Amino acid sequence: MWAHRPPPASEVSGSDAAGRLVRPFALTGGRTRPSRADFTLITTVTAVDPPPERASRPQPEQTRILRRCRRPVAVAELAALLDLPVSVVVIMLCDLLEAGLITAHPPHPVSRTPELDLDLLQKVRDGLGRL
Amino acid sequence: MAGSDPAVRAAPVAPDTVKILIAGGFGVGKTTMVGSVSEIVPLRTEEPLTAAGLDVDDLTGIEEKAATTVALDFGRITISERLVLYLFGTPGQQRFWFMWNDLAVGALGAVVLIDVRRPEASFAAVDFFERRDIPFVVGVNGFHGQHPYPPDEIRESLALPEHVPVLLCDARERESSRDVLIALLDRLIAEAGAAAR
Repeated sequence: MWAHRPPPASEVSGSDAAGRLVRPFALTGGRTRPSRADFTLITTVTAVDPPPERASRPQPEQTRILRRCRRPVAVAELAALLDLPVSVVVIMLCDLLEAGLITAHPPHPVSRTPELDLDLLQKVRDGLGRL
Repeated sequence: MAGSDPAVRAAPVAPDTVKILIAGGFGVGKTTMVGSVSEIVPLRTEEPLTAAGLDVDDLTGIEEKAATTVALDFGRITISERLVLYLFGTPGQQRFWFMWNDLAVGALGAVVLIDVRRPEASFAAVDFFERRDIPFVVGVNGFHGQHPYPPDEIRESLALPEHVPVLLCDARERESSRDVLIALLDRLIAEAGAAAR
């Protein structure tokens, strides 16, 4: 028969502090943190077309990103398509955003206070119903 | 959803995005569920990890190879031209919980998937969402679609309150996985509606 779930132990075993990601430095000029917190996994980014005249010539990796986001694409999808860690892609996106070469569209805000957006939930539910 | 892929739209207007987590223990069928409802083949990103943090938790059943990166599988459902839902499978091993915290931020809610043969693999996931007050439903994934236990028995063994739906499902089947997601949305809608009154 089934095992029974034991009562919750004390708070999660300290892994938040212990399990920090290593961010590869090669593509990011040695910086270890994004300069902006503008990018979540489901933030959508879009290349600015045409690019601003004052923009400096993008690096090859930046060009790869710009090519992938001619249409809006989520950060997680971009990372998967480029086969790069999200943390690396985000740092490059920060540079592109600062250079005015992309726009970033944040996710739909989700707040439980006071309550989730009923209209949004109904839209998602209707969409699932059509699957 | 043929024809509504954002990639083939004429005007590049960014859609609003929302996400739901598909959580549960290692190997309970999370990526299978993501894949059965996603309009794209599930995508994967891999994050490199430090050696620190690798020896702090239970390593049972984890191949040595998996100790260097943590993979995240996800899928996409285009709800409309203006709204896209992403489904993220949470990394199964408890030592990757630091990623769950990040993933949980901004999520509508979660599905906790349970392998009917070893429910204990998902106990930690139930605890995670209960502690953080993130609404979830439980999907009991039958082995080869077989369900030897009724939902009430499973609810009891998980010590779940009445308001948490428990659904028997087959993560390989699109309709079955969709119905689990719809149950989550119904719970969210009921709670939002109750709060609004």
